[in-house]
Amino acid sequence: MVFTFKSLSDSNRGLARRRTICAQEKNFMAKRDSTPTDIELKRTEEPSELLRELVAHLRQNRTQLREEWVVRISETRLLTAMTKEEIFAEATSVYDSYVEALETEAFEALQAYARNLSERIIPRGVETHEVVGIVLLLRDVLARSLFAKYQTDFKKLNRILDAYEPAANRIANTVAVGFVQERERVIRQQQEAIRELSTPVLQVRERLLILPIIGVIDPQRARQLTEQLLRGIRTNRAKVVVIDITGVAAMDVTVANHLVQTVEASRLLGATVIVTGLSPEIAQTLVTIGVDLGKMNTVGDLQGGIEQAERLLGYKVASITEPN
Amino acid sequence: MEVPILKQGAFLIATFQAALSDADLNQLRMGLVQQVVKFRSRAVIVDVTAMDVMDSFASRTLREIAHMIRLRGAETVIVGIQPEVAFAMVQLGLTLEGVATALDLEEGLAYLNEKFKITNRR
Repeated sequence: MVFTFKSLSDSNRGLARRRTICAQEKNFMAKRDSTPTDIELKRTEEPSELLRELVAHLRQNRTQLREEWVVRISETRLLTAMTKEEIFAEATSVYDSYVEALETEAFEALQAYARNLSERIIPRGVETHEVVGIVLLLRDVLARSLFAKYQTDFKKLNRILDAYEPAANRIANTVAVGFVQERERVIRQQQEAIRELSTPVLQVRERLLILPIIGVIDPQRARQLTEQLLRGIRTNRAKVVVIDITGVAAMDVTVANHLVQTVEASRLLGATVIVTGLSPEIAQTLVTIGVDLGKMNTVGDLQGGIEQAERLLGYKVASITEPN
Repeated sequence: MEVPILKQGAFLIATFQAALSDADLNQLRMGLVQQVVKFRSRAVIVDVTAMDVMDSFASRTLREIAHMIRLRGAETVIVGIQPEVAFAMVQLGLTLEGVATALDLEEGLAYLNEKFKITNRR
């Protein structure tokens, strides 16, 4: 079975030609898989030697193969977020890392490289399917080149592929996993930032802090809230804190307990806490869990809370009247 | 480890160093009350700024010190509890109930001065 493999640089006719080759390749693969034990018996070369041989071939034809790969990337419309120059620059480093991973089997280094690459391209809007897509395209381009080189020695080609395929699969896997891990890291970071932004501790007077809470409080946010508040009390030397929960619709028992703990911890730092804006539902929850209301200083709304805080601090607010 | 107890006018100031053993705490409990008696102090400030952990024994001892000192007619103020320590304490349910607390030594003195309305004579 003979088939021709021509360079794909002529992109106009490349697609039709590739389809022909694809069909031929299928026959080829079927034949290869059906021919059994002769190959195993005649295995004269070590897998590592074969690997070195194919790596050398891939290095020798680096320029041509990389060019083919970049062409295929743009044909399949991947990495549309990047310019041609950027694609070429990244392609070069990815190609070299790919071949090096084949050679050294140092997959940790490859994973670190993949994470580093992801860090750069995720902000550019590159998606997971694009990254997996281009790695698989590279795998195909290199495999085809191996077919071409060893087409006359069928048995050797088999052994070469035996060495190439597991390594290539591992590379595709490693890069995809590295990319996904990087995305997950970014997501976690953003979640953390959102949580921090949503619990500001604000100083409105000397020694008076306000902590307006809005939205859903889960145990993790509640914990972060407490830590931020305690730090704020120490930094601002606050004597009174008004925690306003008008913007909190509901609170489960765990979080309600957490609020009580926050009040107690604040007292240990010498600050009085006034809680304002309790909704009827939350008031119900607090009564249900049997909170010692003697410990909790509560006022209806934020305005009332601030007024009481000012009294506690010894402020008096008077209107400025025009002198007659 | 000896805990230094300093006299500041009508008040005593006891400064905890980092980690106090149970024996140290017991010694301190008796020592502080004896000093209150000796100097006829009106109040004691216990500065725990240097403590980065507070276990249940230490917490109970502090409460007992405060109660014993109150039996002598004097006030106790615990100052300098670190945010992380405060957080851990409330989670364990150690609340130092009935004992006054303040942010630091300066605040503790301000609180006592206000309470006893002691004015400085120039």
